[in-house]
Amino acid sequence: MAAVEMTAESPSATEKLRRRITSGRMTAAIVLLPPALILFTLFVIYPLAGSGVYAFYDWNGYNTPTDFVGFGNFERMAGHSVFQQSVMNSLKVIAVSLIVQLPMALLLALLIYRRTPENTAFRLIFFLPYILAEIAAGLIWSFIVDGNYGVVGDLTRALGMEPYFITSDRSWAFTAVMVVIVWKYFGFHMMIYIAALQGVPKDMIEAARIEGASRFGVIRHVQIPMIRPAIIVSVFFSVIGALQVFDVVIPLTNGGPSNSSHTIVTYLYTFGLARLKIGYGSAIGVTLFIAAVLVAVFYQRLFMRKPA
Amino acid sequence: MTRANLIRQILRIGFLCIVASFVLGPLLATVLGGFKSNEEIQTSALSLPAVWRTDIYADILADPGFWRYLGNSLVISVATVALTLLIGAAAAYVFAQIRFFGSRMLFSYLSLGLMFPFATAILPLFVQVRDLGLLDTYWAVILPQTAFGLSLAILLFRTFFGELPKELFEAAYVEGCGYVRFFWQFTLPLSTPILATVGVFVFVQSWNNFLLPLVVLNSREAFTWPLGMMQYRGEYAVEWNRTLAFVTLTILPAVVFFVAAQKYIVAGLTGGAVKG
Repeated sequence: MAAVEMTAESPSATEKLRRRITSGRMTAAIVLLPPALILFTLFVIYPLAGSGVYAFYDWNGYNTPTDFVGFGNFERMAGHSVFQQSVMNSLKVIAVSLIVQLPMALLLALLIYRRTPENTAFRLIFFLPYILAEIAAGLIWSFIVDGNYGVVGDLTRALGMEPYFITSDRSWAFTAVMVVIVWKYFGFHMMIYIAALQGVPKDMIEAARIEGASRFGVIRHVQIPMIRPAIIVSVFFSVIGALQVFDVVIPLTNGGPSNSSHTIVTYLYTFGLARLKIGYGSAIGVTLFIAAVLVAVFYQRLFMRKPA
Repeated sequence: MTRANLIRQILRIGFLCIVASFVLGPLLATVLGGFKSNEEIQTSALSLPAVWRTDIYADILADPGFWRYLGNSLVISVATVALTLLIGAAAAYVFAQIRFFGSRMLFSYLSLGLMFPFATAILPLFVQVRDLGLLDTYWAVILPQTAFGLSLAILLFRTFFGELPKELFEAAYVEGCGYVRFFWQFTLPLSTPILATVGVFVFVQSWNNFLLPLVVLNSREAFTWPLGMMQYRGEYAVEWNRTLAFVTLTILPAVVFFVAAQKYIVAGLTGGAVKG
């Protein structure tokens, strides 16, 4: 009897359950989603859209922008030698990342990816600068390269040379910035490679050995091809990171001497924000945005396409 | 064979030690510098101090300003982590559990933050924060940081939530547990690994952030430690030992935190980087 009733009622019961699920769903979505949407719109999308509008005005940030200048800000920026230098500097950071930092990270990863106690210790040491604040790294190095007080001062004295101040040398100041960037970030890239190397199946390496591959041959024909995805990701991080360099430069050179060591973001800060030229700064921001999006889109098209 | 191996091993360790000294040298000079007089720093930056002076470190530790900076940074970082985890997880839960019209579109919208550097919108962000009357408040840093961190957090959370066993939800459902309660009672507690990873990451980023506080905080009362540090550097321009001691004391918590949380930091980096 009971069983019969159950079967008779069960369609409506499932129907009820289904309806309750659907209504519960809506409530949940309405409660849980909006905080993220509101916050994101208010503090990410709205300012970003603002950049796109302000970039066409000459505006000091007060009242509403009225002085429409068309592409004037962009033209001024493109013609400004300091901006051109800052773009060059950002490109230099990319070059140094690709030519010095990543090969160094890969070499170190190959040397210490096996799990042994001494490797773990080295791994920790090399990774340490990554978690320090960039601003602290810049400040520490501004001491190290100080011609009177720092290690560079020690060196020049030991060699009997005149004190040398790299951060006041127009042609070398930005090199100091790049040294700090390598110091701070090679460990990060190394960690990415180590994680990938540990994922390479051991029997593949052994098989290559048995077939007579040298140590170098194994690295070149087995390990590096196997960690290709990790290399692609780390190159991407280097390029995107190079576009954002700011904190390191401020304590080290502050863009000087005579504006020779600006990056795109320190240029944006110095010539846009610090002078309250919101319109001009926004034009720089928009340019940076376009550069970042182009890099991301092209890079993904070229390298990150998932194998079908 | 063993001899060749031994030589190889010695070369390897030797090379690693050279790189390690490149990494640790500047840090060591910084820590030691805080114990030296300026004259001594000037004659030799790397050596051990002839006399270990502790008065500089003591001075800074006794300075309420120093603690104020650290406190401000701590409040801002903790609040950023809490908000990012809560708001990010709530949104990710909706994307992982609930299929509705427009869900893909909203998810793509929230992922836009992955596309561009924070600095691109810093000027209008400053205007926005000012117009909301938030300049010089903790919120001026917390809210934009949270908003910019949401994209990555939601992406990572959604993947993790999607991998939780579906049976669990069905079982809880039959027992009369609704979506919101399920989120609180099951999804969040079961997701501690990913919450910890994202949390540690957001914390480090907030703790080290410089550009945003620089733009939206003007009064010393509200300064975070990176701003305080630059202020201190400006005040004691020629007294390197003071600056070095200050730097040491501010990076010390970071190092301790790193050693304690390295498991999550490394997992977040490598997992997130290689998969995503």
